[in-house]
Amino acid sequence: MSSTTRKPKALILRAPGINCERETFHAFELAGAAPEYVHVKRLRAQPQLVDGFDLFVAPGGFAYGDDIASGRVLANELRAAVGERLIALVERGGLVLGICNGFQMLTRLGILPRTNRGELVQEVALTHNLSDHYECRWVTLKSPRNRCVFLDEGLTLRVPAAHGEGRLQAKDEQLARILDEEGYTAFVYVDESGERTERYPANPNGSPRAIAGLTDATGRVLGLMPHPDRAYLPHHDPLWREEGLAAKPDGMVIFDAMVRTARAEAR
Amino acid sequence: MDAWRIEVRTKQGLPDPAGAAAKAALATAGLELSGPVASRRGYLLGAGLSAAEVERFARDVLADPVTDRFAIEAPGRRVPAEPGRVTVRPKPGVTDQVAHSVRKALRDSGLRDVEVGTYQVFVAPPSEDVALRHAAEQCLANEVVHDVLIGEWPLGLPGAGGTADLSVHVVPLRGLDDAALDAVSRDGGLALDTREMRTVQAHYLALGREPRLIELETIAQTWSEHCKHKTLTGRIDFDGEIIDNLLKSEIARVTRTLDREFCVSVFEDNAGVIDFDGEDCLCIKVETHNHPSAIEPFGGAATGVGGVIRDILGTGLAARPVANTDVFCFAPIDLPEREVPTGCLHPRRVFLGVVAGVRDYGNPMGIPTVHGAVHFDPDFVGNPLVYVGNIGILPRDRVSKAVQPGDRIVAVGGRTGRDGIHGATFSSLELHTESETVSSGAVQIGDPITERKVMDLVLRARDEGLFSSITDCGAGGFSSAVGEMAKGLGADVDLANAPLKYQGLAPWEIWVSEAQERMVMSVPPGRLERLLALCAEEDVEACVLGTFCDSGKLVLRHGDVVHGELDLEFLHEGLPVFLRKATWKPRALRDPTLAPETDFAGALLRVLADPNVASKEWIVRQYDHEVQAGSAGKPFVGRRADGPGDGSVVAPKLGSSRGFVVSSGLNPRYSRIDPAAMAECAIDEAMRNVVACGGDPEFTAILDNYCWASCKRPESLGELVRATRALCEVALHYKTPFVSGKDSLNNEFKAGERTIAIPGCILVTALSVVPDVSRTITSAPRHDDAYLYLVGVTKRELGGSVYWKTRGELGASVPRVDKVQGKQVLDGVHRAIKARAISACHDLSEGGLGAAAAEMVIGGRVGLSIDLDLVRVEGSLRPEEALFCESQSRFLCEVPRERAADFEQNLYQTPFARIGAFDRGARDLSVRHGGRELLRVPIAELLRAWKGTLDLDGSLQGDLT
Repeated sequence: MSSTTRKPKALILRAPGINCERETFHAFELAGAAPEYVHVKRLRAQPQLVDGFDLFVAPGGFAYGDDIASGRVLANELRAAVGERLIALVERGGLVLGICNGFQMLTRLGILPRTNRGELVQEVALTHNLSDHYECRWVTLKSPRNRCVFLDEGLTLRVPAAHGEGRLQAKDEQLARILDEEGYTAFVYVDESGERTERYPANPNGSPRAIAGLTDATGRVLGLMPHPDRAYLPHHDPLWREEGLAAKPDGMVIFDAMVRTARAEAR
Repeated sequence: MDAWRIEVRTKQGLPDPAGAAAKAALATAGLELSGPVASRRGYLLGAGLSAAEVERFARDVLADPVTDRFAIEAPGRRVPAEPGRVTVRPKPGVTDQVAHSVRKALRDSGLRDVEVGTYQVFVAPPSEDVALRHAAEQCLANEVVHDVLIGEWPLGLPGAGGTADLSVHVVPLRGLDDAALDAVSRDGGLALDTREMRTVQAHYLALGREPRLIELETIAQTWSEHCKHKTLTGRIDFDGEIIDNLLKSEIARVTRTLDREFCVSVFEDNAGVIDFDGEDCLCIKVETHNHPSAIEPFGGAATGVGGVIRDILGTGLAARPVANTDVFCFAPIDLPEREVPTGCLHPRRVFLGVVAGVRDYGNPMGIPTVHGAVHFDPDFVGNPLVYVGNIGILPRDRVSKAVQPGDRIVAVGGRTGRDGIHGATFSSLELHTESETVSSGAVQIGDPITERKVMDLVLRARDEGLFSSITDCGAGGFSSAVGEMAKGLGADVDLANAPLKYQGLAPWEIWVSEAQERMVMSVPPGRLERLLALCAEEDVEACVLGTFCDSGKLVLRHGDVVHGELDLEFLHEGLPVFLRKATWKPRALRDPTLAPETDFAGALLRVLADPNVASKEWIVRQYDHEVQAGSAGKPFVGRRADGPGDGSVVAPKLGSSRGFVVSSGLNPRYSRIDPAAMAECAIDEAMRNVVACGGDPEFTAILDNYCWASCKRPESLGELVRATRALCEVALHYKTPFVSGKDSLNNEFKAGERTIAIPGCILVTALSVVPDVSRTITSAPRHDDAYLYLVGVTKRELGGSVYWKTRGELGASVPRVDKVQGKQVLDGVHRAIKARAISACHDLSEGGLGAAAAEMVIGGRVGLSIDLDLVRVEGSLRPEEALFCESQSRFLCEVPRERAADFEQNLYQTPFARIGAFDRGARDLSVRHGGRELLRVPIAELLRAWKGTLDLDGSLQGDLT
């Protein structure tokens, strides 16, 4: 099959409490992927399923109610079942995306940022917003220079954030610096002048260094707190009446880039 | 039962938001602390685990390696008391969802599945134990569902549930006089009145036996006001005029007379069903959960949301929920403590609990909460109102359902426990000082993830055609769900098949328990295996409770023993018809004689800061209004996303731009003057809001949700009749059919000698299908120098206004709706929006022209000047009347200069006036009258006033430019 017509296969993870799977599925479909839902129960029974996909996607939601901590119970479930296979997927050129709760889960699992490129160890935590409550508002993200193979430096996106645990805490100050200096920081929250900010409300959770998204050592895994899956149709944007309906909505940029990359790089 | 105790806290030096929030909360309860409060999460794990296993599990799962540290105490060890320590733990039997997830994680980690419990800890600087306990019980816990320990550590897990009383209980009624029958009803919490008890007595006399407990319970649930609406469907003597079934003769008559084609299924199912696009329908339902929310605001509101979602899931052959709505009425949150009667929670606590409850159910369910409103009035102190609504989408070929004899009765979802027993009958009684203690069993804690799993399962099963009918377990639990589905047929139920949360439930408790997150389906025998396989795939527990049959009887067994046998005809049709007296006398009120206003800027800022006008953004931002990716018009609008939207726009089918506008109207303050005005204004406001967003008034369905005081008082019922007639008259003229509705009566609180009754309150919800969401607009101006038009006539109607409220007056000249003109205004504005002659549109409601103009200035961050002399008025009005009266059927429209002629042409029948112009260069709102400037207020000051009142943590103050 020619690489330009082949539809990359995207595994859309389902689990109790994951609740953004439909829009995520639809966005990938629009981007030209062939998405398929896989429930975590099925994945545990057949972990080799992962091997048949080009993309592994953990959508947003409240997996297992975010009990104990956001994404914790699902990460614990997946670690033993498919942890190694996810590493293998990335190392063989697959792509992984975690949105919001999916991002929280991937950090607890240790596949993000995986600075040592070794086994799965949790290095950062997405923890409670400084306000101590959930918050839903549109924010502006910008990509600094980063390792992610499908994100361009300077990319600026307007997308909605909707979470209660989005403050990214690195395990120590040294790692926090590495995230920024070595290109693990994939997205930061920026203010109206385009500068990264720790100030509310442009940064809705008080995340230090304004980090909103991370990539891994290979640049093939992306996690972000805000939701491109709620900003991929023209009427999603809060300012379409003021600025007109966008030909390519901001959130679609990410799905397109991932599918394009997966298609170009797939064997 | 001794257990391991693991306490997890934030590492030194990292922020502890939960601790900071607890400190702030304790301060509002009057406890000023000298230092920070630290929070901890506590876990109790069964003693069957080894020390090494517990250590590993705590390190890998319970504590976060980056942010947390933990301490472990061995089972049985007495830990010395810690000064300043508060432990909050769920009472035995209260749903502890986190514990279930911890057990799952134990299994996933390859450890033994032991008993688990959780608790929270707050460690404050040492203070007096009594004061600490008092404050903690005020704001960190609710004694209805929590135990609070001061200083000490919890020792272990609650023991097992005990043994069930499985004997068959007979309740002798033969020969009892009225007083004795009343005593049986009261002592059993049945909420049946004397006549109903006599009917039951006669029925069993004719059968030649005494009723059994489970039969009486079933009758009480089925006949409850909550389920039967016997006041509205009964006979009413209204000052000598006999009204037979107000619901039918008024509300349903409107729908029947209008006979609109878009109504697909109305007043038949769980929810109203209207056409969406020929292929799918929209279902809409609004419920109240007032009584539970009064006692336990968090759990009450959360389970209210869960309940109305299940209503939609149980409509037709299961609709997919796509949007939530929520409307609340509270007492003012700054009400002085001494004005809160014994037995009532402080309104601030009710407010915070309700908001958190809606948030923590709706968000995890993945259903956007797109629209809401909040109203404050001191008389809601004993009975806060919590309206929760849901909209779903249902394939047209899945609208009708029919149970077949032979179908299996399958219950799916949560397990049954002792929670929520007598909810239906409890909600049909007045609350009183002791309600908090005697009715705590009626309150439940929700578990949204279980409901989400049920929803995913039910929708898959629907698409595979695995059930013939479905309904939710709401008030009355299995008794209502199965009883309703078996109507006209029969059912044989074995209650021993129901999975229980814990042992010890008597069969009648299983039957009436309102444990959450359960649905009941009728499944053809040939589909049962596939359904159970799907349940396993989706991780949903299911049980076969029995079989539907055509015997006309409802047989209830527990194992081999028959506990009850009810005649379905009697159960559903045997309720005696009520005759209630109703009377109406106009109130002796008059308008105040006040000195003319001299400080217009101050008056405007006071109106904007009134909690009924002030921004509700602090609440709304806590709700997910974006999930499902259908949002095409947000609750907050404009450049800075902080201008108030009149309604929300949703495109529920991904990839299609067809959508709907949803909004509402409510103003119980007008009821204090005339309930007819309250009702008219509610429908007019709901319609204005929908039209302002771009909805078509010709294709709008409405819902009526009543909350009223006790209708056993003729004056109260008279108000209800008067309001209903006014409502229906307008609805008929506006051609808006009612598609669903609900009533919650008896919203009274008895505090000693004093009865606090709520003002009669109708919430009207309006739902309008729009062919293309990209043709909808908002209230936020978009242009630099457009005109401002005021459509409609302004009258001397300051009665019940926010302006007079800020001057301590109620008045008598309440706004009334001129239905003929009102319809012309709605149609005219809609025509102009359709012609794209209006770029922003805002309805005038509480706070009148002044508030609406200020809100547009905020939304657009654009200057505006208005000349009051240009306003179309009836008679001659003083400037404060023109600026602040709340006359109905009025809109403010931003009209681009080049579209002005087109705009005016589209409004041919309608009174309107160009009253001002926007100016991007100006940074203020100015109003002129009689050739002089009445006020000039900078945008920043408008923002400060409007956003300050309900900004509970100062977060809205960051953006005042």
